[in-house]
Amino acid sequence: MNPTENKTICSSEIDVSCRVPLLALFGGAALWLVLGLALGIAAMLSFHKPDMFADCPVLNYGHAQAAANDLLLYGFVIPAALGVILWIFARLSQSPLALPIVPVVAANLWHVGVLVGTISILLGYSTGHPWLEYPRGASVLLFTAFLLVAVSAVATMGFRLNRELYPSHWFLFAALLWFVWSYGTANLFLVCNHPPRGVVQAVIDWWLTNNLLFVWLALAGVGIAFYFLPKIAGKPLASSGYALFGFFTLVFFGAWVGIPSGAPVPAWLPTVSAFAALLSIIPVFALGIIARKTVWGANVTCFGGPFCFIRFGMLSFVAANLLYLGEFCPRASRVLDFTWFNVGVTQWQLLGFAGMILCGAIYEILPRVMNKELPFTKLAKLNFFLFAGGTLLFVIPLLIGGVEQGMKLRDAAVPFADASAVALKFLRISTTGQLLVLLGALCLLLNILVMTIQWKLGLVKCVIAAVTAPLKTSEVKS
Amino acid sequence: MKTGFSVFVAAFVAFGASWLGLVYGPLKQLGVAKETTVLQLGDKWPVQRTGAATLGLQVYRGNGCAACHTEQVHQTGAANVISITDLGSHKSSDLKDFITSLMVVPELMNCSNAITGNLAGWNGELPKVLYCGAQDTVVSLLGDKLKAVGVKTEPRVIATGTDIARGWGTRQSVAADYLYDSPVQLGNLRAGPDLATIGIRAPDLNWQLQHLYAPRSVVKDSTMPAFRYLFTVQKIGTLPAPDALVLPKDFAPADGYEVVPTPAAKELAAYLVSLKNNAPLYEAPFTPITAAK
Repeated sequence: MNPTENKTICSSEIDVSCRVPLLALFGGAALWLVLGLALGIAAMLSFHKPDMFADCPVLNYGHAQAAANDLLLYGFVIPAALGVILWIFARLSQSPLALPIVPVVAANLWHVGVLVGTISILLGYSTGHPWLEYPRGASVLLFTAFLLVAVSAVATMGFRLNRELYPSHWFLFAALLWFVWSYGTANLFLVCNHPPRGVVQAVIDWWLTNNLLFVWLALAGVGIAFYFLPKIAGKPLASSGYALFGFFTLVFFGAWVGIPSGAPVPAWLPTVSAFAALLSIIPVFALGIIARKTVWGANVTCFGGPFCFIRFGMLSFVAANLLYLGEFCPRASRVLDFTWFNVGVTQWQLLGFAGMILCGAIYEILPRVMNKELPFTKLAKLNFFLFAGGTLLFVIPLLIGGVEQGMKLRDAAVPFADASAVALKFLRISTTGQLLVLLGALCLLLNILVMTIQWKLGLVKCVIAAVTAPLKTSEVKS
Repeated sequence: MKTGFSVFVAAFVAFGASWLGLVYGPLKQLGVAKETTVLQLGDKWPVQRTGAATLGLQVYRGNGCAACHTEQVHQTGAANVISITDLGSHKSSDLKDFITSLMVVPELMNCSNAITGNLAGWNGELPKVLYCGAQDTVVSLLGDKLKAVGVKTEPRVIATGTDIARGWGTRQSVAADYLYDSPVQLGNLRAGPDLATIGIRAPDLNWQLQHLYAPRSVVKDSTMPAFRYLFTVQKIGTLPAPDALVLPKDFAPADGYEVVPTPAAKELAAYLVSLKNNAPLYEAPFTPITAAK
């Protein structure tokens, strides 16, 4: 099925059915993105001035960093991706969103969950498992909300007029399924009264981390890119068969990555992960090449528009994930383990790949859904340059600093303090990048916020107009 | 794709395989693990923590200490070491000649350079490391030959690697070490040093407390944030509090005030002191120095 054929007469009707759920999901996501980046900067301040938050437990590094990471993933990436998935499914089905009230409720539940989780972490009630820090109350809310959105999305998919599935369907449907499965599993085992004994906890947490940061982001991000790229380029996806190959290799190999090679677990676990990481290079390249071939030769003028976002996102997808998989190579991991390299790669995956593609998609979707232009088109373009420059400035110093730190850590003759000090100067540059990304996120928030307010004012005006309109004579009782 | 059903089934199988392999498998293998025993001594391992230290793990978790500290020692290999502990009736120079004469033995030829290199410039200080390498045959052969002439030697197995060389542990961390930890706090960034054996390196509770209150008062170029919020600064009453910190002048509060750790700080310090992954286990063997004496 060619998505360019989707513009049917009822496309505006489809867009209107998505309006409220998408505003609820995107608005909250943008707000959490801004908050998450601000918290991330606050966390890094501890490295510039160690005693900054010595009397302020809420913002100490251990609290702020975990909260900031979770805000980026659970606050921004997942709800924004869910919104885009709903819209894409409705468009691909050529039918309005099924059960439109369900995702609205879900969006609010989700945002409450993120709020509860963030406050809990800042107050010291984190579960202590990386990327699963939200305590039980918050994670139950998130899980329920995700299920509700998934129900609406799958119902919309079920109503599709054309029974044939488009590649985005596979990726996004698998993303819905896999999040429920992996997040549910991890919470059942780790955030319960009787967690399993010993180091299994860490194994399950590594499994979840990999499935969220690598597999889930890849499924959602690539699925979204495969919908928009052919539309923007005006050419069909090149090709569905290759996409199927990329999809299968991703889910079969990617889901086995995640156990670091030096981990204190039986040796078969890291060995399996190292092999899976080697094989996962195949889908990363395959999906990247498909995206490249799809837009190859297409004449798209793009100056900070959605196409730029998605193109940058796909480039980041290949680059960041190759670095990520490289970390599981035993030789590389001896240098890169426990350094800032890993932090840099994760932020690249979250902001450079998923964040970029989602921002592009949001800027593409919002004007259609609201049936009016973005209030600040120039800010939207500025957002791209701030995000692209900021992400690179944020991530690349961390990568280089991580390698240098790793080399020094590896040499027992170098005192530990020197190895840490090497990283510090890179952290200073990377905080500048973080600030740029934050400014970009403010552009996104401003656009969504003003659009929402304009829409609400319009609603109020409608109501006032309806109330104050002079009665028709026919309605007046004689 | 005419139907999505086959794609769905394939994805389901892929996810299910990963779940079985990386969740169910480890649960079956490690989730039912029981205490193991320390090599030679036969003591139970790991040692159950004290109450305060068990609570301290929760303080460690809540404050996100694992964001900057790992609790896992890596090793890259192991080596067989033989060292001379007693010369008997021999002089060191004679012994040197004797050992050099042994180098014609086929088993020793490969490492003759290493052994003679170790002996160069030796004036009889003990213990003297003769050989440190992979081959246990060299160790047993040298031991036998030297025993025959009345020289006492000590063979040992040691772990090697950067973490070991830094003094962060005597062996790598293994799954058994974390049996009583919940949540397991392995950590993934070494912005600060590894803590798997901090209880051996810094066993003093007061040192730990002072380090938490003012890291730079004990470690000059530390980058650790101070955790002053785990302490209360109070006016000294008729008698100073018994657990008040003794601080250097630059870090002490104003005159007439004292720094008292909160219960959380004491628990955290107790937890840190309890971190001692140093027992030789079947899966991580080494010869402890005390056992050989």
